[in-house]
Amino acid sequence: MTAQIYGFLFSMWILILVGGGLMVLLVGPISFRDYVDIDPLINSGAKIILALFLIFIWVFTLTKVKNWIFKTQIKS
Amino acid sequence: MEQLIIPAIIAIAVAFFSVYGLTPFVIRVLEKRNITVVDVNKKEKTMVARPGGLSIIVGMELSLIILYIFFPISEILAVILTTFFAFIVGIIDDKKTMGGWFKPIALAFCSAPILLLGAYDSNLAFPLFGTVQIPILYMALVVFMIPIMGNTINSIDVLNGVASGFITIASFALTISLIILQNYEIAIATLCLAFASLAFYKYHKLPSRIFPGDSGALTFGATYGVIAIVGHVEVIAAIAILPAIINSFLFLSSVKKITEHRETKNPVSHTDDFKLKTGDYMNAPITLVRLIIAKRPLSEKQIVTEIFRLGMFSGVLAIITAFMMGVEV
Repeated sequence: MTAQIYGFLFSMWILILVGGGLMVLLVGPISFRDYVDIDPLINSGAKIILALFLIFIWVFTLTKVKNWIFKTQIKS
Repeated sequence: MEQLIIPAIIAIAVAFFSVYGLTPFVIRVLEKRNITVVDVNKKEKTMVARPGGLSIIVGMELSLIILYIFFPISEILAVILTTFFAFIVGIIDDKKTMGGWFKPIALAFCSAPILLLGAYDSNLAFPLFGTVQIPILYMALVVFMIPIMGNTINSIDVLNGVASGFITIASFALTISLIILQNYEIAIATLCLAFASLAFYKYHKLPSRIFPGDSGALTFGATYGVIAIVGHVEVIAAIAILPAIINSFLFLSSVKKITEHRETKNPVSHTDDFKLKTGDYMNAPITLVRLIIAKRPLSEKQIVTEIFRLGMFSGVLAIITAFMMGVEV
């Protein structure tokens, strides 16, 4: 069981690195102002929604990893 | 570099010795006034003094004020104020058990000094990929960071010595990371936290003579959180306490609401020889301790050692991440 917890810790670390990469490479450079003339605040708001969506995917993936790693033990 | 050594030694010594010297006095006062709680994981009925937040806050504040005299920067002032406000929230919760939402909301307000003093950099740094500019989102992160860190450390405070020992390990890992990133003033502030928690661990370790309570755990967590923000090491700080984050994540994903752990069914029970085993309730929350004892019952000491090992593992991951900060792909 302990090995599985270490495995979960390691997967969380990898997910943080990948999630960080997505934030820097995807969300950071996006600017809707290149296409439409919108207020900078709305531009930031759109990026926030995108970031929250990525966080949702991150948590969803983590839940799946958790279920996969702990499987039956979690129900014990 | 040389001009940092003397302030560092003075601040660290004050943090360690004030907590080390004051805690026995706090224990005596609490025991005299019967402000004690039952240690549920002991076979014989054992009463333990609670809360020990007072000695922790005195040690932390004194050392940080000394540090501020040497380095009058807004970042250290933000740590001083936020830590103190978090202690107030904790002591209120110690005196009168508040609802599940009280602590997150009250702790969110504790982040006000960071925002008002402008002691943050809205560029969020990630390993390997560089930084991302998220000014508005970062302000939300500042507001959320203190409640998350405070409650995360508070939720792992379930066995003798875990909260203080765990934050000591995480703080030393964060100090090394800050030194790698050449942020020396904040590294010294982190060392103050590490030595204050180490001094408290002397009395909190198995068998505990005092419990930190909400005031102690929230002080530890909030100080750690504000250091992560003003030191621009948010991601590294989160990695260093991953076992505690896992504990909160497992708890929330099984309970599916924000609630006081006192209000939920106990996830563990005891064997005849008073080892801890998984609880009898099928719908009890899943926690880190419950996972550790999933295969076989373990003694309290064995579980605490295992949590510290996990803490050290994530501390190493945090230090590796600090090295990766300087590398861009």
